[in-house]
Amino acid sequence: MNGLLEPLAEALRETLLGVVPIATVLVVFQVFVLRRRVAQVGRMIAGVGILTLGMVLFLTGLGEALFPLGRLMAGQLTDPAVVGVASDESALHWSDYWLVYTFGAAIGFATTIAEPALIAVSMKAHDVSGGTLNAWALRVTVAVGVAIGIAVGCLRIVTGTTLAYYIAAGYVIVAFQAFRAPRSIIALAFDTGGVTTSTVTVPLVAALGLGLASTIPGRSPLIDGFGLIAFASLFPMMTVMGYAQISLVRSRRSQRLPLREV
Amino acid sequence: MRALAGVLGRDVLEAGRNLLPIIVVVAFFQAVVLRQPLPGMDRIIVGGVLVVLGLALFIRGLELGLFPLGEAMAVGFARKGSLWWLVAFAFALGFTTTIAEPALIAVSGEAAEVAASSGVILDEDAAQASYALGLRLTVAFAVAIAIVIGVVRIIKGWAIQWFIIGGYLCVVVMTLFAPAEIIGIAYDSGGVTTSTVTVPLITALGVGLATSIRGRNPMIDGFGLIAFASLTPMVFVMAYGIIV
Repeated sequence: MNGLLEPLAEALRETLLGVVPIATVLVVFQVFVLRRRVAQVGRMIAGVGILTLGMVLFLTGLGEALFPLGRLMAGQLTDPAVVGVASDESALHWSDYWLVYTFGAAIGFATTIAEPALIAVSMKAHDVSGGTLNAWALRVTVAVGVAIGIAVGCLRIVTGTTLAYYIAAGYVIVAFQAFRAPRSIIALAFDTGGVTTSTVTVPLVAALGLGLASTIPGRSPLIDGFGLIAFASLFPMMTVMGYAQISLVRSRRSQRLPLREV
Repeated sequence: MRALAGVLGRDVLEAGRNLLPIIVVVAFFQAVVLRQPLPGMDRIIVGGVLVVLGLALFIRGLELGLFPLGEAMAVGFARKGSLWWLVAFAFALGFTTTIAEPALIAVSGEAAEVAASSGVILDEDAAQASYALGLRLTVAFAVAIAIVIGVVRIIKGWAIQWFIIGGYLCVVVMTLFAPAEIIGIAYDSGGVTTSTVTVPLITALGVGLATSIRGRNPMIDGFGLIAFASLTPMVFVMAYGIIV
């Protein structure tokens, strides 16, 4: 247990670095600008305390268990011996790395489901929509987007194609969707893009990208290793808007054919 | 006391459900694909328990503290009715939460090393430190501007598509001109800024504002602040790479 003290202190330092500036701004504006009494201040302070404690334990646990494990697995899976090909650069076909794409998609999905910031945003969306937008369904949709994004991003690293082309093409699709999707989902869909790339997902995905770029001959970890995170925030926007579009089409269809729905 | 234990128990179960997919994926790839012994099983179990407990406390703390806090601030500013104070608050919140962000400090340090090794700046500690600090200030400024624009958008009720598409156009155009070393870092800086503590607070603020201003729909107008905060850093960091 002694070995835990140091990571706990480090996590505490990191969390306080995030919480203290926010608290300072809130207190300064509350005391000097708003100057209005806020109901249940004690409860809120206790809540922020609980949240801070939670973050410290969460970060420590990630550092102890998930991150070393994820990095180890990412390293093993991108190892030429495991991929099942000789390490010389001849005859490496992009389909030889199917295991990497599968792992990338699976771990992207799983870490997104566990992402605290996404949990927070889906809770809020659930409340605001009056329960019509299911929090769990939203998170699964976002996680599917991240899974696709990571798989495509790994494929890009393996094939060595230009990052900017993929991103530009993705933006064009997102722009088209933004004019076709129901208005109530658009802002939320854009938010999920930023939310997915957070505490749990980023370190694992970055490790996968760097491992892959350093294994494949001719790739530079510095130039090709980055960019996976950009994929992970691009695709959720597409899946969330796509999900809303599909639900809209379905509900229209069921309105036209009420008998079938009953 | 027993009621408290009951609440905590339910929270822990719920948190466990959120972490189940990770356990399944790791177990599957270990057992079926890699088939290698896991080193340090005791550490993994202790860490796993901490993750579940931490997530349970985090979610409870969200509901008790951070969400009501964000909403209370939004209602306070809506009642006060001064756009300038709200803008000042948005700027301060965006800037201060970003400048101290540990992930950003790590990324900007990395970026300084890249810049030094590619000869953009002198390969000295002082030059690297000032480059990294400049990058951090740039990103913090970008996030502050993003929150300000986002808050003004909520108040005016402007459609979000135009902002996002305009922002993406900027990103694509700047990618053509920015030095190659900075592009990956710029793209990643967008994700780095939106931390786990900032996201719920800013979301609650946006939704709270849209709820307390008449004629705004919290679903249509309330979200979008996070999207802005992850878009502007890309543009600003590439600009920084072009200028420096």
